[in-house]
Amino acid sequence: MSDAFARACGAVLRPPATERPFVRWMLIATAVAFLLVFLLLPLVAVFFEAFSKGVVAYFAAITERDALAAMRLTLLVAAISVPANLVFGVAAAWAVAKFEFRGKSVLVTLIDLPFSVSPVTSGLIYVLIFGAQGWLGPTLQAHGIQVIFAVPGIVLATLFVTFPFVARELIPIMQEQGTRDEEAALSLGAGGFRTFFRVTLPNIKWALLYGVLLCNARAMGEFGAVSVVSGKIRGQTNTMPLHVEILYNEYMGVAAFAVASLLALIAMITLAAKTGLEWRYADEIAATRRH
Amino acid sequence: MEALVHTDPRFAVVGERPAVPPPPSSPATWGAPVGVTVEHVVKAFGETPALFDVSLRIAPGELVALLGPSGSGKTTLLRVLAGLEFPTGGRVLFGDDDALGLSVQDRHIGFVFQSYALFKSMRVFDNIAFGLRARPSRTRPSRSAIRDRVMRLLELVQLAGLEDRYPSQLSGGQRQRVALARALAIEPRVLLLDEPFGALDSKVRRELRRWLRELHEETGHTTVFVTHDQEEAIELADRIVVLNRGRIEQVGTPDEIYDRPASAFVAGFIGESTMLPTRLEDGRLFLDDRSLDIPVNGDDGPRTLVFRPHDVELVGDRPGAIAGRVVAERRHGASRRLDVEIGLRRHRVEVDVPAGYPQVDKGNRITFLPNRWWLFAA
Amino acid sequence: MASSSTWAFRKPSIIPGFGLALGFTLTWLSLIVLIPLAGLVVFTGSLGWAEFIRLALDPRILAALRLSFGAALLAAAINAVFGVLVAWVLVRYEFPGRRLLDAFVDLPFALPTAVAGIALTALYAPNGWIGGLLGPFGLKVAYTPAGVVVALVFIGLPFVVRTVQPVMEEIDRELEEAAASLGATRWRTVRTVILPTLLPPLLTGFGLALARAVGEYGSVIFIAGNIPFVSEIAPLLIVVKLTEFNYPAATAIATLMLLISFALLLFINLVQAWSRRRYGNV
Repeated sequence: MSDAFARACGAVLRPPATERPFVRWMLIATAVAFLLVFLLLPLVAVFFEAFSKGVVAYFAAITERDALAAMRLTLLVAAISVPANLVFGVAAAWAVAKFEFRGKSVLVTLIDLPFSVSPVTSGLIYVLIFGAQGWLGPTLQAHGIQVIFAVPGIVLATLFVTFPFVARELIPIMQEQGTRDEEAALSLGAGGFRTFFRVTLPNIKWALLYGVLLCNARAMGEFGAVSVVSGKIRGQTNTMPLHVEILYNEYMGVAAFAVASLLALIAMITLAAKTGLEWRYADEIAATRRH
Repeated sequence: MEALVHTDPRFAVVGERPAVPPPPSSPATWGAPVGVTVEHVVKAFGETPALFDVSLRIAPGELVALLGPSGSGKTTLLRVLAGLEFPTGGRVLFGDDDALGLSVQDRHIGFVFQSYALFKSMRVFDNIAFGLRARPSRTRPSRSAIRDRVMRLLELVQLAGLEDRYPSQLSGGQRQRVALARALAIEPRVLLLDEPFGALDSKVRRELRRWLRELHEETGHTTVFVTHDQEEAIELADRIVVLNRGRIEQVGTPDEIYDRPASAFVAGFIGESTMLPTRLEDGRLFLDDRSLDIPVNGDDGPRTLVFRPHDVELVGDRPGAIAGRVVAERRHGASRRLDVEIGLRRHRVEVDVPAGYPQVDKGNRITFLPNRWWLFAA
Repeated sequence: MASSSTWAFRKPSIIPGFGLALGFTLTWLSLIVLIPLAGLVVFTGSLGWAEFIRLALDPRILAALRLSFGAALLAAAINAVFGVLVAWVLVRYEFPGRRLLDAFVDLPFALPTAVAGIALTALYAPNGWIGGLLGPFGLKVAYTPAGVVVALVFIGLPFVVRTVQPVMEEIDRELEEAAASLGATRWRTVRTVILPTLLPPLLTGFGLALARAVGEYGSVIFIAGNIPFVSEIAPLLIVVKLTEFNYPAATAIATLMLLISFALLLFINLVQAWSRRRYGNV
């Protein structure tokens, strides 16, 4: 083989653990096309449809009275569920991560249960208890307390579906961090709560934020469970996702997509914040790739 | 006392060993082994050059060590030979054929990685058979031929009976031998080993070194291996290539490298050595203000005096000897090692005396001269 | 100091707050999760076996279950293939917009299901951007079982990508170099060396995507068409029965779904444990 020929061949030879450039670009093109079609296009469609009758119609839709009521209810439900499950998540993570006890893995599995239940079933179980033909329903109704087809039911259903989010993010990271820092604080004379707020909390703040972010996204966006318990009374027991459904079923497409676009906006902000946290604090967020 | 002065530190010795034909019954050879020629190879990773103008000739059937500290370019050179990297300049020939025109798949080399790189999801048998099964159907041996070959290789590496195990079920030394068998299975022209014993504990390492040498005698492959352990290189190799920062410092047999180092680096890297900064003036060697009883010739200028700690003779206190004060002493193998502070500038050196030597205490003055030394331009 | 093998319930520790934390945890867990789920079990139990079987074997219910599970399996399978492809491209290659696309993969996690539902319907309806393109070929997606599959592919994709990605990032390039040095072509190397190590996480991702898809409601009901026996998913049937105040039927379907899901997940976990032993570890 002559030198020139060999060198020409050398120019074509590539590092051994790679594909031919053609193959590489085909794979990239296919993957990108798949993602664009299946993920990006729906998002674009939401905003496209929302503004399809112009900006005025858009703003009219999102400032309409029932829409605003739905937004208020969504925010209320989130404002109750997220802090409640935040406190729970911290307590559960504290118990699981800082102590050794029998049945720990059973507890962790139970905490994950809501993930394996269909949203509709999540709502169903509350109907069975609090519904008109349910176990406690008639009794409560006799006392004037309405759970199903009212706000309390919506809150309960949302609590159920958002239950594990914060705990799942905190448990791994707190387990990894162990008890060293807390033991050091205690040996220096700090009490329990002081130790928690001054020592533990700073160590877990990014994982906590991450969990709250996911919990909030689910709380605001939950549809199936809330749909079952809600009764869908406009202006009263409609969250934003339910309102979207109602508008859509009444062929008010633009209005439906307008409200949906607000939810999509929240989703995009959640995604951006989530990604930002992952990029900067990957070490402090244990389960960045686990869902 | 011998006088050794070197001024040209770099030369490549053309191999002179005759090709050793392999025994006909060996399962791992394919025709006669080939020699490897490297000409003016340069390799740069972006802005950082890893190899500068490296030239080398390896005789067929030779066992050569690429020796150097980390960052010396030895692994890069090995990977260039393998085809896992492509040089930015120069030529590589296997026998008379240009190797750079071939991808790693086509070069027909056997590569053994430092971490073995065994396929964890395959049994030992399938690992070894991998290369044979990967051949296009034209050249692929039949199933029974593959089986035959794998079993004979397992015997060769003394792992017979373990063909159904998975890599996770083997010890480090066993995995290493499977990696070797896997590389030998494809009848490579050249066998390349990257720090083959690096990950093993020292006892296993010594056993495997002995075993590799025996294997090489039996199969006769041209073999190149990379190591940072000079003891390993000296024990195993027919010739050693000492690399430093991308350049060849010296190529030679273990004796040549040890007894006639071509540069201060080689002298310092191989075996233990003590170095003293000296200068040559008017045909005499000066250590600080003291003239030494060491015959020299050459131009004036600074020199590094290098000698082995155990290769000294204690002499009476006289003007031409190296004089110093003992600051520490400890047992060192079969002798005693003294830390000595020398001269005005209090250079710290190590010097060995036989264990039975009369007690030399801390604080004592001691005078000595090296039996054997080298001087390099500083 | 008691050794860890002799403590009865909890290993002694100087950290305070165990009782408080565990107590609160268990209380909240029971109130929100355990008691309501127990209610479901109790209610189903109160139906009695015979009644349960009769309800469960209703043809409409069976059709809905078939659709829910069938579409979920198909969607999870599609996600398995494309999820590996997407993970491969994101991990191995550099191209403009890669980081953005990587972040974007999580969209189905963040987007409310109802929003996804109406968006997908708008896209795949006969007059939609994609539906309009497929229409001339006689392919209808919206309001058919195919629409259900499309929606389930949407929500299941991140599961596969995110479980396969970390494993792919950890693959030792030296294994690929070793295979190449032994003469294997690139495709052979990918097939025999790389893909087997991806099997355990792929199965995990497949299982997660499947579990999510089976119970999915919001993304599906808009695009599905919801015609009984044809394009009606099981969760919708539960809702229908509830609006008819037919609690027994609703709970029967829900329980059945739970049982089949658990069985499926158990099977997948076993397969995945096997594959991890076989292909996964040192």
